[in-house]
Amino acid sequence: MADQIKKENAEEKPRIGVFVCDCGSNIAGHLDCESVAEYASTLPGVVFTKENLYTCSESGIAEIQQSIKEHHLTRVVVASCSPRTHQPLFAGSCAQAGLNPYLFEMVNIRDQCSWVHMGQRENATEKAKNLVRMGVAKSVTLEPQKEIESSLIRKVLVIGGGMAGLSAADAFAAMGIEVILVEKSGALGGLLRKINRLANGEAAIDVISNLIEKVESRSNISVYTGSEVKSIGGYIGNFNMTVSTGDKNIEESAGCVVVATGALPWVPEGLYGYNGEGVITQIELEDRLKTGALNASQIVMIQCAGARTNNREFCSRICCMTAVKNALIIKEYKPDSEIHILYRDMQMYGTEKEKMLWDARGKGIRFHVFDKDKPPDVKNGKVHFFQPLLGETREIPCDLVVLSTPLLPNENARNLARTFRVPVDQNGFFLEAHAKLRPLDFAADGIFLCGSARYPATTAEARSQGIGVASRAAGILFKEKLVTSAIVAGIRDDTCVGCMICLNACPYQAISFNEISNVCEVNVILCKGCGNCAAACPSHSARLKGFMQKQVLAQIRAF
Amino acid sequence: MNKDILIIGAGIAGIQASLDLAEMGFMVHLVEQLPSIGGKMAQLDKTFPTNDCAI
Repeated sequence: MADQIKKENAEEKPRIGVFVCDCGSNIAGHLDCESVAEYASTLPGVVFTKENLYTCSESGIAEIQQSIKEHHLTRVVVASCSPRTHQPLFAGSCAQAGLNPYLFEMVNIRDQCSWVHMGQRENATEKAKNLVRMGVAKSVTLEPQKEIESSLIRKVLVIGGGMAGLSAADAFAAMGIEVILVEKSGALGGLLRKINRLANGEAAIDVISNLIEKVESRSNISVYTGSEVKSIGGYIGNFNMTVSTGDKNIEESAGCVVVATGALPWVPEGLYGYNGEGVITQIELEDRLKTGALNASQIVMIQCAGARTNNREFCSRICCMTAVKNALIIKEYKPDSEIHILYRDMQMYGTEKEKMLWDARGKGIRFHVFDKDKPPDVKNGKVHFFQPLLGETREIPCDLVVLSTPLLPNENARNLARTFRVPVDQNGFFLEAHAKLRPLDFAADGIFLCGSARYPATTAEARSQGIGVASRAAGILFKEKLVTSAIVAGIRDDTCVGCMICLNACPYQAISFNEISNVCEVNVILCKGCGNCAAACPSHSARLKGFMQKQVLAQIRAF
Repeated sequence: MNKDILIIGAGIAGIQASLDLAEMGFMVHLVEQLPSIGGKMAQLDKTFPTNDCAI
């Protein structure tokens, strides 16, 4: 690489190749690509031009690579779509052909030209020529860069020892990755410890005990119960943290972090006459079923107790199936019991849960809908509720009322979020990087989430998310070293006055103030190359590679 | 042991599994019945709740 850089630096006259993409009809349908390519060939330094139907196709990429070799190109400019989606592909292809990938420049003539100037073919063509000229001018000033490499600790910190955390820890360990498992309470197992049976009839304690045994028997998992993560520093590949075990503090380090802190059932103080005796919650019912202490025969369950209201807008998602599951279990061992479920909507998604609902109806469990604005009234051993279909108030005598309350995020989730600098949503659950495409990642690199810490999850979901997280993080931890983009900021220490404007402008906490030298410094692993600091710095000391003043000015002056 | 991995179906699940495995350094063979990959998601316009372009 060093030789290559020297050679490219020594070269005085750049040899530029320009590739103009039709993007099918996306670009060519609205401007004249042929004349843009023709124009590009007249620009100073351009030795090769080509128009492609799709530059990003296999043949388009091959053409770029071939012409780098044949025409000894030292710069490649592609005029096509957005660098957000295609820069990595084109730059990577240049690298494969032996050209430093940072000598590639992209010009956006689709999103910023053909799409916004539809129906103005001549003007759009003119603008595309301007954009290409600017890109070519900038490309001349580009410098080869070396990607940043950093070491990596093949070890992971998992916070939370419930179903999700245990599944993740076990999967990591099976792949040969060392695990530090930190659980706040005195025992592993989480919420499943309090649950009687799962929907498939298995005893929850058996399921979780098997997993705990497996985790505890693995030599590459260190389990800390009754412990908390007090502080964390560092970045992807090199986190360091202090784990407090109550009586002592342990310093640990890890390459990735998994947050699996779970959720807890809400205790409905003051709602529907809740008293923990005649009016209880589903989790208290689980306990009575487990210990055989249930002696009621007329039971009313009320769904959405404290959920989907103005204070707690979300649906806890697992309470409908919990109620139906428990109703079926009661019916099974006390067939003559009378069970009514009062609901607003039944969320029984998928085939198994839908079947459970129909089984429950078949076994005589009664379902009654009620209106959000007219909630049931519990008093004197009776539940009164307005039945909107019949338009009348009904009364059900009962000896037990069970409230299906939502799962809420763990109470110290917000503190943890602050410690790890990760976001929570309006309900206090941890917020993933992307609801669809990155459901198990935080936006911050190297930190992941799974299970009910993210949103109330079933046992199966918590398990699959735990295993999923292990595979996401393993993709990082299996690497020999971390390689990150060279497009990062740097701060000149001879001109920086230490005003810290850049420090506050940085969304990634990548800048710190060095109190000895009185200047700001960039951590190049944390830096994502957004350029906020370079734009904000009053003394032009903060500069972003690939977007240096001379490069941006060359582009502007070519306009 | 042959460590290559065969993935059948190139919708969002198959593609993500392929990418994660490739990231870990495995050789992946991704097989799709249709002429193009992307599955159902490639037929959607926008995805909820971010309104990202599905393709």
